[in-house]
Amino acid sequence: MSAAEEIVAEGQAVEAVPKRAMTLGTGTSLLVLAVLLLVPLVVKNFIIFQLTMLLIYGVAVLALNILTGGSGQFSLGQSAFYAIGAYTSAILMETFNVNYALTLPVAGIVCFAVGFLFGLPALRLSGVYLALATFALATAMPQLLKLGYFEPWTGGVQGLVVDKPDAPFGLPISQDMWLYYFTLVITIAIYVASINLLRSRSGRAFMAIRDNEIAASSMGVNVALYKTLAFGVSAGITGVAGALGAIAVQFVAPDSYTITLAIALFLGMVVGGVGWLPGSFVGSAFIIFVPNMAESVSKGLSGAVFGVLLFLVIFLIPHGARQLAIVGQQLAGRLRR
Amino acid sequence: MELFTNQVLAGISTGAIYACMALAVVMIYQAIDHLNFAQGEMAMFSTFISWQLMQWGVPYWVSFIVTLAFSFVAGIAIERVLFKPLAKAPILTNVAGFIALYSIVNSCAGLIWDFTIKQYPTPFGSSPFLGSQLISTHQAGMIGVTLLMLLFLFVFFRYTRIGLAMRAAASVPESARLVGVNTSWMIALGWGMAAAIGSVAGMMIAPVVFLEPNMMLGVLIYGFAAAVLGGLTSPLGAVVGGFLVGIFENLVGTYIPGVGNELKLPIALALIVTVLVVKPAGLFGRPIVKRV
Amino acid sequence: MLSRGLRTVAFAAAVTLCLSALCLPGGALAQKKYDTGASDTEIKIGNIMPYSGPASAYGVIGKTEQAYFNKINAEGGINGRKINFLSYDDGYSPPKAVEQARKLVEDDGVLLIFNSLGTPSNSAIRKYMNGKKVPQLFVASGASKWNDPKEFPWTMGWQPSYQVEAQIYAKYLLANKPDAKIGVLYQNDDFGKDYLKGLKDGLGPKASMIVAEESYETTEPSIDSHVVKLKSAGADVFISVTTPKFAAQAIKKLAEIDWHPLHIVSNVSASVGGVMKPAGYENSQGILSANYAKDGAALQWDNDPGMKKFLDFLAKYYPDGNRLDGATVYGYGVAQTLVKVLQMCGDDLTRDNVMKQAASLKDFEPDTLLPGIKINTSPTDYAPIEQLQMMRFKGEKWEMFGDIISADVSN
Repeated sequence: MSAAEEIVAEGQAVEAVPKRAMTLGTGTSLLVLAVLLLVPLVVKNFIIFQLTMLLIYGVAVLALNILTGGSGQFSLGQSAFYAIGAYTSAILMETFNVNYALTLPVAGIVCFAVGFLFGLPALRLSGVYLALATFALATAMPQLLKLGYFEPWTGGVQGLVVDKPDAPFGLPISQDMWLYYFTLVITIAIYVASINLLRSRSGRAFMAIRDNEIAASSMGVNVALYKTLAFGVSAGITGVAGALGAIAVQFVAPDSYTITLAIALFLGMVVGGVGWLPGSFVGSAFIIFVPNMAESVSKGLSGAVFGVLLFLVIFLIPHGARQLAIVGQQLAGRLRR
Repeated sequence: MELFTNQVLAGISTGAIYACMALAVVMIYQAIDHLNFAQGEMAMFSTFISWQLMQWGVPYWVSFIVTLAFSFVAGIAIERVLFKPLAKAPILTNVAGFIALYSIVNSCAGLIWDFTIKQYPTPFGSSPFLGSQLISTHQAGMIGVTLLMLLFLFVFFRYTRIGLAMRAAASVPESARLVGVNTSWMIALGWGMAAAIGSVAGMMIAPVVFLEPNMMLGVLIYGFAAAVLGGLTSPLGAVVGGFLVGIFENLVGTYIPGVGNELKLPIALALIVTVLVVKPAGLFGRPIVKRV
Repeated sequence: MLSRGLRTVAFAAAVTLCLSALCLPGGALAQKKYDTGASDTEIKIGNIMPYSGPASAYGVIGKTEQAYFNKINAEGGINGRKINFLSYDDGYSPPKAVEQARKLVEDDGVLLIFNSLGTPSNSAIRKYMNGKKVPQLFVASGASKWNDPKEFPWTMGWQPSYQVEAQIYAKYLLANKPDAKIGVLYQNDDFGKDYLKGLKDGLGPKASMIVAEESYETTEPSIDSHVVKLKSAGADVFISVTTPKFAAQAIKKLAEIDWHPLHIVSNVSASVGGVMKPAGYENSQGILSANYAKDGAALQWDNDPGMKKFLDFLAKYYPDGNRLDGATVYGYGVAQTLVKVLQMCGDDLTRDNVMKQAASLKDFEPDTLLPGIKINTSPTDYAPIEQLQMMRFKGEKWEMFGDIISADVSN
């Protein structure tokens, strides 16, 4: 018996999240929204800055959730789209004096196009091979950004400094607070749109492809179209996040968008719960605050402390924050009775 | 022409580094059907252990064997303690586990031995090989060791019962269990062997790149690329892939004008992705047939 | 006896003198002025270093500085105030550096940020620091952009810039090897590119002496193939604009392929313990570089009073520190400079005054700088150290030669 072929009964690489459980309940959603609206009024500017970054990374993780949790395609390359979005915004603002708000849709569209194009050759890859291809994209991005040919626009290794916008209409709030609320509005819009996308026909197509590609195609789903569409949408959203990131940090440089960022976003997705969109923000909080916690515990071993905390999380809740939410829901249900 | 030969030869010597690492990558893939991000760090840690032993006066080959044994046991221990509990968890959670392991090992190595580079001895000496100006005796030795490991793995997987059992446990676990293979321990064994091979790779690579906690990151990327190019199920493919990546990268850097030098890695990776699109299982991998 | 009139005048003069003495600034009853981060008992200093990530080898600098400030505190502090040194990790990532800088300024309330490391990180926070009017003092980076008091009056560098150093090598080559064929290996980032520019500027019309340029990325495991390429380009001078790991690899490869060009290595990698020793002393003979600080490995400095203080400091406060590692020498020197500035501030610890004093250093000689090299700053000159001396590696240490060279690259 020759083993000329390897026959693989492919199990599900990415598990399904039931549609009902895809969002928080109405009550919880309103509570979270209230918190997000009111907290900045009482904290320091620096905390507002961190919250803004939390929203921004949350959007990026959400994009990854659509791609991996929604359509089942691995990606370790989101940092590339984030970088493209950031640079698009920075170049538009600095070289062409475009208003910061207008740079967001441009960044989104540019990244959508890039993501879609990347999705085309990626069609034939899956699992670990796709992971490698996206990984390659992420590692290539800093080098592409440093390329001498693009230097007049990108600033090369020195990067570009970006101006933070002032609040419009002369409102008496700080730049940080204005940017926070601006980001919050965009985040809510993207969140709602993504939920609707996943509940729509396209969303069902994504999930059919994720669960069993061959079955989906035999049922008439245009696998190629939806897979590349998923890449495009995910890249586009990540690009918007990147643009917001550029404005918040006020600086873009090749060193800001390395593979470390892609890995962090991936971890954010896992900790939040793959495919569970609200979890994106839990994951984002994890990747922003836990490294700081680890550093305050031990400067020399901050990486080890981070790793240990990460292990704890994945041991206790292997399915991410979604598990906690389910437990919470069950408790709430029992209390009601 | 001379430049071409020079670059090819130089590519073969860097390729040996990648091939070494790629073998460890293939090994772990054979065992768990996934890539372990922390492979490089484990190799680096093992290399530090052997360095420390030598600092304490232990002769080279003794420390080599001790490190090999230590890595084997450590690999099994890591699997049993950290990853067996995650066996039922989704794959992505396991990947997060690999990343956590990477972080821990890297950080601990940095604390214990700090981040400045250390010299690591080679048993093969460092003089020009056969008078050649381009390959040193160490690099020739490294190629030799890689080929030896390749031969060992080939024989192991093809002709031994355990090797066959391991392959079965990785690709068709249910069927394997039905015929009495203890799949759980096969995975542990795979981890141990991958750690041991990784430690050999580390001990071969360190003399060239200098020993420090961050030495394996670049190597790991290339090792992955080489393993995927060659086909993740084929040790021979890993080695061939390693050499091909090394050679190709050098030729790109030399002959593609302007951007060639700055984009060596991206172009090499782009090539690999292209190969995968044409031959999804890699050059020497067995085609994967998916059953619905 | 004095006449009554004269006595009155003398009395009035004495009273006037006393009153003026009381009103002189710096006098015993002068006002104390503080900005956030300074008080009667402490001075809070912020710092951002890569303790993790690709540049973590430089974390030693932060540790040395912490140890130095411990020493100062043990000796009574600065004008009676203890230094509270807050050093955070940015992993060499600019967004993280921005976050840490904001944390230090807005959350921890530091008086100034001192010696933060890395050109990208410092570029990221420069606008913020200048906007908030917080001193970004003695930046740990050799980019020439930190000497720009007109645009960025709150940012100041410390070490000689890369371009300055490169120009010195260029001048050396023009004088000593005018028909050289130069091959340059440089890291593809701000450090490497700045050097290359300085080199080309220094060679001026003879920039064609450079026959080959090879750039490499820090993700590459080994730069061996680049070295091979430079050899086949026929270079007889090899300039290595590399960080320690790659400098060592280059030295080793040169020996392996039996290539013996004139080898110049950048000051960043001129550390005996960090580069020459691992690469092999026998392979490093004859390598040229330049320095502004004394070499911790050179026993010739052991009787030098400045180095003695440095070695005592290591033994007492930082026993894990390696005297052979250039980073410890660096950390000591720059920390000592900061202490001098803060001492000069006296009781006026406003950020304004800190910058003012930092811009008025005259012929200040930290313990670890080479004899003859002095720190000078002025409101139009924000480059504290602008002198270097060339050196050659012989035996197991560096030997200085030639004169102290000044170079000026105004931005």
